Amino acid sequence: MTYKVTEEGNVSTVFLNGEIDMDVTEKAKEVILPLVESGKEVHLNLKDVSYMDSSGISVLIESHQKALENNTKVIVKEVSKSVLKVIMMAKLEQILNLE
Amino acid sequence: MNIEESKDFLVSTASLKEVRVFSREVFEKLKLEQELKDELVLAIAEAAQNIVKHGYKGVDNTTDRMQIKISMKDSELEIGFFDKGKAVVPGNVQHRKLDDIKPGGLGTFFIKQIMDAAVFKKDKKGWVNHLVLTKKIN
Repeated sequence: MTYKVTEEGNVSTVFLNGEIDMDVTEKAKEVILPLVESGKEVHLNLKDVSYMDSSGISVLIESHQKALENNTKVIVKEVSKSVLKVIMMAKLEQILNLE
Repeated sequence: MNIEESKDFLVSTASLKEVRVFSREVFEKLKLEQELKDELVLAIAEAAQNIVKHGYKGVDNTTDRMQIKISMKDSELEIGFFDKGKAVVPGNVQHRKLDDIKPGGLGTFFIKQIMDAAVFKKDKKGWVNHLVLTKKIN
């Protein structure tokens, strides 16, 4: 997994790339959670994420919940077809902010 | 097409990518539809992850290996997982309730969604655990 972060005003966008499994979830959390905890609105762009397992889904849930605690939000954007299928399998499409 | 392929992997999160590569290669030979292949790879990866995460909980840098065997015979896909981690009590293997939104606890749910059956077998052949996932492929 690789990533890129861009900042615009109060919005941080994290572009994730590659496969997200248990081996990289700590790295993903280290990138995403501090941004959320700083109170910024965080956009997670998943268009280049080709695979995500339950560990990756846990990162999305934790980010979403952390955002609620910090009165901000995480928006999951441009979800690839394969990742969307996993999100839907977990019945999270109504819970996470998907765009 | 009938097939039987097996491979050993170091019990480590770093092996999960290799597990997916192996699984994709086997399913490529079986010429399965992409969507089905993706689902099966996810189920296999989740089961392998459970071995690393739960079977070896608290064990760092093990040199143990796990074995994954994928076989297809008469349209019945069987995926075997062999490991030497902590003995699994099948009744304790449960996923969280979906409406209890929290990180974790989804891997077993995904496996059950994707596969027809997930059973721990007693014919362990020198291993501690032998999980078998099966699915009828039309």
